[in-house]
Parts: sequence; C-alpha cells; structure tokens
Amino acid sequence: MMKHETIETNSGLLIILTLAVISIGGLVEIVPLFYIDGTVEEVEGVRPYSPLELRGRDIYVREGCYTCHSQMIRPFRDEYLRYGHYSLAAESQYDHPFQWGSKRTGPDLARVGGKYSNDWHVQHLVAPRSVVPESIMPNYPWLLDNELQYADVEARMKALKRVGVPYSETVEEYRANVEKFGEDVARTLDIGRARENLVAQAQAGNFDGNGARLSEMDAVVAYLQVLGTMVDFGQYDEGHFAQFR
Amino acid sequence: MNNPSDKKQGVQTTGHVWDDDLCEYNNPLPRWWLWTFYGTVFFAILYWLLYPAWPVGSSYTKGLFNDITYTVNGEEVTTHWNTRALFMRDMQSSPAAVRQREFLDVIAATDYEDLLADADKLAFVRSYGRGIFGDYCAACHQTGGTGIVGRYPNLSDDDWLWGGSVADIERTIMHGRLGYMPPFRETFDAEQLDVVAEYVLSLSGIDGGDAAKAQRGEVIFKGMAGGCFHCHGADGKGLPSQGAPNLTDSVWTIANVPAAETFDAKKEAVKGVIHNGVQRQMPAFGERLSPVEVKVLTAYVHQLGGGQ
Repeated sequence: MMKHETIETNSGLLIILTLAVISIGGLVEIVPLFYIDGTVEEVEGVRPYSPLELRGRDIYVREGCYTCHSQMIRPFRDEYLRYGHYSLAAESQYDHPFQWGSKRTGPDLARVGGKYSNDWHVQHLVAPRSVVPESIMPNYPWLLDNELQYADVEARMKALKRVGVPYSETVEEYRANVEKFGEDVARTLDIGRARENLVAQAQAGNFDGNGARLSEMDAVVAYLQVLGTMVDFGQYDEGHFAQFR
Repeated sequence: MNNPSDKKQGVQTTGHVWDDDLCEYNNPLPRWWLWTFYGTVFFAILYWLLYPAWPVGSSYTKGLFNDITYTVNGEEVTTHWNTRALFMRDMQSSPAAVRQREFLDVIAATDYEDLLADADKLAFVRSYGRGIFGDYCAACHQTGGTGIVGRYPNLSDDDWLWGGSVADIERTIMHGRLGYMPPFRETFDAEQLDVVAEYVLSLSGIDGGDAAKAQRGEVIFKGMAGGCFHCHGADGKGLPSQGAPNLTDSVWTIANVPAAETFDAKKEAVKGVIHNGVQRQMPAFGERLSPVEVKVLTAYVHQLGGGQ
C-alpha cells in the first residue's frame, strides 16, 4: 500500500495521480458522447454555413453577441412556447465554436431565422430601441458602414475543414457533398467558388437593403436569417427526437 | 517549532517532517462539515441509481424507478428518464398544459364569427394572444399594435393595407406579405414628381396646395404616364389585393405627413416615397405557429381595433 507520505513528498507522482483523478470526470462525461448512438441525431437538412453566412457568424462572434445571446433552446415547455422546438445537437454539428448556453440577457437566437424581416434586423442592429423601446442592446451602426472583407474567406473555410466541416477542395470531396447535401448546397460548400458564391448570395438576398454595396450587415443578417431554419420539424413525429436520449 | 514529539503543546501533527523540523498541523474537520460531505457522497450514489449516470460499453445506466410515459400518435411510450421525454410529458399532461389545452381546444372548434362574438372566448384570446403577439409581432408592430409610421403598419386602427377581415388577417399571418411600390426616380422628372405629390396630398384634403398642380398630377396618376391607379385605384382608395393603401384618408403608413408641419415638408415626405418606392416584408408564420395559435393571433389582431 502506497503511503500518503510517499505521494506528498514526490511531486512527480503527485502530479500524475492528480491528473488521473481529475480526468475521471472528463472521461465519464465526455468520452461516452463520442460513441453512444444518437448523441448527434440523424436529421435531414443540416448543412455547413455558406461563405456569406460564415462571415456573418464570424462578425457575430467578433461583436461578442454571445455574451448576451445563446443559441440553445432547452427542452422545457416555457422555452418551447417562446422560442420553438428545442435545439438538436445535430443543428450545431458544424458550429466551431458552438453557441450553446442558457444566457438570456437577450433572447435565445437558435430559431431567430425567418422570424423577422431583413429590414427589421437592419433597423434593429443599427438602433435597437427604435423598434424595441425597452431593449438594452447596444447599437451596432458600423455593421452598415463597414464594407465586408471577404478576401480571406477561403482560408476561414479551410480552417473549419481541418476540424471536420465538410467544405470541399477536391473533386472527390465535392462529389461526396453532392451525394450528402444535394447539388445546390454542395456548390456553396466549394472552397474554390467561395468568393463568387458569397457575392452572389449577398446580391440575391440584398440583406442590408442596399444592393449597391456589400456591407458587414449583409453577412450578419444572412447568418441570423438561417439560424434554426435548416431542419423541417414538420416531417418528424412529435416523439422522434426523444428516442435519441 | 512544532515537533511531533512536542507533546506538551498537545498539538496533533500529520507526522511528516521536512527540513528537520517543519511539520504540519492535523486539525480535524468540524463534524458538521464532515457529515455534510458524507451526505453528498450518499446523494451521489442515490442519484447514480435513480438517473442515467454511468457509461457502460456503448450504452449507459438508465436509472431505476424513474420511467417516463408519454404518448405519440395515440400510443404510449415508456422510456428511461431523460429531458426530452420529460418535455413530451410536460407538454401533454402537466397541469398547466392540460388547463391551457382545454381552452385551446374550444378555440380550435369555434369559427371566427362565434369567437369574436363570445366575450369569454375573446377574453382568452386577449390574454393568450398577447403573449404570441408580444413574441412574434410586437418587434415590428409594437406592443400595442400601433406600428411605427414609415416602417410598420398600425394594426390598432381601422385602416388596412391587405384587408381587415379575419380571412385576410389569417392569410397575412400564415403566408406573410411583400409590400412593393416601384421607385419612380427614373419615371418622373422633378416637375412630374412635384405635381403627383400635390395630387396625393389633395386626395386626403390637405390644405395649402396648388389646385392647378394637383390637377396636372391627377392626369399622371390616372394615366399611363404614372400608372398609379393600377394599385391605388382610380379613386385613390387603394386595392387591398395589392397591399396598396387608401390615399384619400388621413392615415399615413410610409410618408410621415402628420409629423410634417408645413405643406412643403408634407410634400417632401410624399415625394420621397414616390421617388424611392417602397419595399416591405412581413414574414410568414404559417410554419412557425400552430393552426390554433394562428387562429388566436388572427382574432387578437382583429379585435385590436377596426377588424372588418
């Protein structure tokens, strides 16, 4: 039997044993998620962000939106009634980092996509109190002024690809995406066409209400409008997602 | 110096000695603390037994005596404790949900005519509808439904862009609306713009204009040069099918004419709208809201004022 004194007087051993003890928590809580079936639900429609949405997401993170808004609707009746269907793990499988949390200084944004018009988002981001008098959200007028920088969008996609987001670089990867997401989506995931896709989506969507220029607002609104809209919950049974737990 | 052999002081030490004479006290923890600690250990063991806890192979311990039963498509499903099943059960059989469903079932089975005539049902519509309206509609139309002039229509008056019958309101909520007026910046020169604005202001009887100008404006409004009549009607009363507002009343949804003090300022406001056109969108809520929620919301908006 190892004496307490032996451990206390041998710092190398103490470090090793301390690490062993505290890693139990991690091993028990995290590792099983990698192999227990149904951690990430099988669900149709979830796709990685298009280049424009991705830039919007980066700006969302840059501006620190997450300090007040999380994106995770919990399976509680009150949250369902206010925000909609509870969030699925599958819905944030391409998020790095994910935006989970229960921070409710501002409302949860997991299903904000399609809830308000583009015009409202622009107005609200520039001057929140002009549409929601009781709001405590800061103004973000520079989103409309700043031109969107997207010269590095390929690099951003490649970085995400390294952590497992299926953006395509080669023909084989592109074909795999066509198989998995369909041709229209696969095209938006192609790193080689990222810039033209980004410009095309911004022009078609005209998210900031000014077709003449490409602002950061275009990207942020495009991102907000896609949040929580990828899964069509109408096609699943009411109890479908409960069986994954 | 606290030497382990220093019994005189009566101080217990751990017995470890460093650097010849460095020791550490061994003071026992307070009893209450110790028992609280044992209590948490006991709680943890109980928790492991009752709730899903430990991974085992590719599965996990599911917890004992803690099954949850809910219904899917008329069939009962019993499963181990988990938050999603708990949510299903809550939605189906929690006291609040059951009580609320009683009301919602009644609303679902009532047609609009009876709903709007029945004070009790309308009281439920007001209280339940307020929540839905607050969440989905108030961001634009504001808490009381009064809108913002220039941006979002007022729902509490009896002026409707897309029609104020329950069928129209329901359609608006379900499918959304795209309000569009083309910009006339390339169609009208400065003079034309000016006279059309004069005519539009004369339609709602605003004093201070030039009658001759208004007359020239009328020709453009009603002729192919402007084509305004296509949507606003030859009488200027608007076509709800196009979401085109009535220009003959004193309600203004885009140009903030009431806020302008002089006639020229009012005219500038109208000219701005004609010059730049209008592009507004109301999102569709047909997939977001359940049919009964749409019904409550329709009745709620209808009773805000001026439903037709």
